[in-house]
Amino acid sequence: MAERERRLTPPRGGVFVPRVQVLSAEDVQRALVRIAHEIVERNRGLEDLVLIGLQTGGVPLAQRMGRSLEEIEGTTVPVGMLDVAFYRDDIGIRPVLPEAVTDIPGDLAGALVVLVDDVLFTGRTVRAALNALADYGRARAVQLAVMVDRGHRELPIRPDYVGKNMPTRIDEQVDVSLDGVVLGDVVPR
Amino acid sequence: MSGAPADGGRHLLSVSDLGSEGIEEVLRVADAFVEVARRPIPKVPALRGRTVVTLFAEESTRTRLSFETAARRLSADVMSFSMAGSSAKKGESLRDTVETVTAMGVDALVVRHPCAGAAHQVARWVDAAVVNAGDGWHEHPTQALLDCYTIRQVLAERAGRDPASVGMECFDGLRVAIVGDIRHSRVARSGIWALAALGARVTLVAPGSLLPTSLQGWPVERTASDLDTVLPEVDVCYLLRLQLERGVGAHLPSLREYTAGYGLTARRAGLLAEDALVMHPGPMNRGVEIADEVADLPRSVVLRQVANGVAVRMAVLFLLLGAGVGADVGALVGEGE
Repeated sequence: MAERERRLTPPRGGVFVPRVQVLSAEDVQRALVRIAHEIVERNRGLEDLVLIGLQTGGVPLAQRMGRSLEEIEGTTVPVGMLDVAFYRDDIGIRPVLPEAVTDIPGDLAGALVVLVDDVLFTGRTVRAALNALADYGRARAVQLAVMVDRGHRELPIRPDYVGKNMPTRIDEQVDVSLDGVVLGDVVPR
Repeated sequence: MSGAPADGGRHLLSVSDLGSEGIEEVLRVADAFVEVARRPIPKVPALRGRTVVTLFAEESTRTRLSFETAARRLSADVMSFSMAGSSAKKGESLRDTVETVTAMGVDALVVRHPCAGAAHQVARWVDAAVVNAGDGWHEHPTQALLDCYTIRQVLAERAGRDPASVGMECFDGLRVAIVGDIRHSRVARSGIWALAALGARVTLVAPGSLLPTSLQGWPVERTASDLDTVLPEVDVCYLLRLQLERGVGAHLPSLREYTAGYGLTARRAGLLAEDALVMHPGPMNRGVEIADEVADLPRSVVLRQVANGVAVRMAVLFLLLGAGVGADVGALVGEGE
């Protein structure tokens, strides 16, 4: 369970109280298009490229990004989704449950995987995702795209593509969707 | 696993403890493990460092293999303790055996025992999570869960949908006939409670001598003794195994008479609706409760039940050992991503 779900899921999670709208829906869309261009530029095309959205926040972003890539290059990009619950390092410490079923398009051996997530925070979800990916074959390379990098890393992980760098307090909450990015707080239920 | 795992439910002893929400949770988590089983490397590190012991006081190779495969695919360490061939023969009590095994450091005990209530008793003695893998005539909860999972999976596929997207509404009004030795069957007991909790309508079909002395309080729609009239009206025909090794023969005039009245012969299979399922918990007595040619029909989902058994048992072990253990509200803020 990613941190956002954990913090907000009853009965233990609190309620998200929005404070500031940081990005609008249009801003998110522009950032996705820009990242799509960066992916094409950096990899000189879309050869072997597979987009994998992390459940649950990264999945709609990955799907939208896949459509942008198609519009730019005119080829279809496989989009998968990955749930990292079984690879987390806090199993047995806190509630961990799969949010959704993983769906990886085919063997990843030789693929160029771009992981897509909504928020990069401690980096532990990405660490779990890297371990999970290894079970699907040896990818040629793995890159990381996130809509928001909010800092507070606990592992040596950095994104390759960022929608918005957003310094936050550790107890704040960032809510990302295709409708925009909102900064707020979690208050007890 | 009573209620949500975050509430600290630690054992799976009976289906009725789970309730419909608990059953739904197990099936939902099992969806994720069915996907794991399809991977090139069908193994996840979720229970690394945990130890699962299968403690079987009654031989059952397939159930034990299924639990052990499930535990290994979760990366747990597995120890297997077969009481039939060891200390019990030397006169050690169940309690001493259980305490000796758990003293080695065990996180979960999977218990199969010929006495009803054995798993409940073991749960009182140990700190480890206890999974009932069959206690006498009483319950066999993981069998019921994998049967429900299989029904939902097949119904979803027929509707052209992903099983994960199908909720428990597919059980609403589902007509299930459970046929055979209800009296001595823990599979029937767990199955009836699970199916009824999810909204299915259960019909029991058996000769009088193989029905329990009382069905008071059982969530059963009706009982019948004529299989031929029941078959055309059901969506699922669940055949129980005639447990010949337990002396069931004493309750019957002869096996041939049982087959004539209650066996799913090729002729009877023809009475079933076009899309009705045939299920069996295994091992099958071909030619007794199920005819050879019926067992191999596409509508018979026996092997699917076995395959799903591993995923469902992974879900149970993960929910008991991984998902909710040590849940701590204070740890929610400022940690992890």
